[in-house]
Amino acid sequence: MDAITFTVLSVLMVASAIRVVLNRSPVYSALSLVMLMSLLAVYFLYLDAHMVGVLQIIVYAGAVMVLFLFVIMLLNLQDSIQDYRQEKLWTMGILCATLFGELWFFFGRAGGESSAQHAVPEGFGTVISLSQKLFTDYLLPFEITSLLLLVAVVGAVVLAKR
Amino acid sequence: MDRIDLLIDVVLVLMVIGMVMNLGGLLLWVERKASAILQDRIGANRASILGKLPINLGIVNTLVADPIKLFTKEDFIPPGADKLLHTLAPIVAVVPALITMLVVPFGDIIVIGGREIELQAARLDVGILYILAMVSLGVYGIVLAGWSSNNRWALLGGIRASAQMISYEIAMGLALIGAVLTYGTMDLQEIARAQSGMLFGVLPNWGIFYQPLAFLIFLTAGIAESKRAPFDLPEAEPELISGYFTEYSGAKQAVFMLVDFLESIIVAGLITTLFFGGWQVPLLDRTGIQFPWGGGIPLPSLVVTLMQVGAFTGKVFFFCWLQIMIRWTLPRFRYDQLMILGWKILLPAALLNVLITALAVLISESLK
Repeated sequence: MDAITFTVLSVLMVASAIRVVLNRSPVYSALSLVMLMSLLAVYFLYLDAHMVGVLQIIVYAGAVMVLFLFVIMLLNLQDSIQDYRQEKLWTMGILCATLFGELWFFFGRAGGESSAQHAVPEGFGTVISLSQKLFTDYLLPFEITSLLLLVAVVGAVVLAKR
Repeated sequence: MDRIDLLIDVVLVLMVIGMVMNLGGLLLWVERKASAILQDRIGANRASILGKLPINLGIVNTLVADPIKLFTKEDFIPPGADKLLHTLAPIVAVVPALITMLVVPFGDIIVIGGREIELQAARLDVGILYILAMVSLGVYGIVLAGWSSNNRWALLGGIRASAQMISYEIAMGLALIGAVLTYGTMDLQEIARAQSGMLFGVLPNWGIFYQPLAFLIFLTAGIAESKRAPFDLPEAEPELISGYFTEYSGAKQAVFMLVDFLESIIVAGLITTLFFGGWQVPLLDRTGIQFPWGGGIPLPSLVVTLMQVGAFTGKVFFFCWLQIMIRWTLPRFRYDQLMILGWKILLPAALLNVLITALAVLISESLK
């Protein structure tokens, strides 16, 4: 990925992330989040991870955010100006900054070596290479994740039946 | 060399988008005529441009009259509407629909000047997933149109559309998994190639003979995804006026109509590629027609390519026509029937299909 693409994408992503937090209208906030997810997918595509990029669009931009939008419209949420308290935003901002600082402290400095350019191996990011990894090296986490999702589905059904 | 590759890509992309848009415009006319024939009417048979042209140009005239009329009408944004989203919604709706067909191959390799060109605009390893991604993005335009109009009917239409499309996407995706399991790839060109040759010497080796259930599920879910009758509850005119595009006029409404046609072209293109051999012509391979009893007619490669592209177009056109026939034959579902069909019939059937296909693949692998 060259510097120009990276800069443009990153600026757009940060801008849409800020829009998610600062928008007064819930629909616009959700749409900014959709934009953020799609830009993340573009990142993956640029990094040759085609499968992950497309899955990002299907799962987050396509499924999760559509449900968000659906609920926002169904409840007909109005622009909630009075709910916005400045101090709430400040607390959240400080928390996020602390978290980010910790992440940088632990991982950021170690990244000097790994950020060097590696050659992309043959077949990287294809369906076959990804699924081979998923069903051999990472089989247990993969199955546990699917179990977790199943629990969530069953939980939702139980709650809905009440 | 790089520049020529880029030029080829641009030409292919423009070709596919142009083909899809032209077919969409043509379908508008076909739909009007077909519905008229089905209902024993004559249908649109005359149009005079500017009221001055004395001669009736027949097809050409009615073909261009509708789009010209729609695009020159006043574009009205209701006062209470969200202006930005109201304008953005048709664009958000049409872009995914336009670029979905890019991964669908419309022919085999063509050789120009020693350079082999795949007749497919974007050769993606994740082709089928890309289609699912674009289909899932298609919901946004509809939902935004419904919400931004600030109209109860439009909002109801938008909500219905999103609930319906989310429900049928699942059955659609699972039907596609059946096809992916059969061919072991998500690349649509590979899937089309795998359907060459003959089955038992009499039938073309098409996906429908391996995945008949998936075909039925995919066709049903596809019609539901394109929101056309009998699944047109989002725009049910007796209840919701026109549903999500009630507040649209002029060019923007034309774009929503175009999206409907584009979606049925996408469904037709995918059915063709996955279940009816894509660009494959029975008995035809790269060198010419091969008879199963030996012998054959050698053909120049250009003729073969033209025949393949023609076969693909013909099949797509047939399935578009089939969808139009279904639209004008079946009455609209009730909303509970729609949900029961999606969740209690199509979803279990699709899961069963995946299970059976996986077992069959396992058994055939172990027999080898």
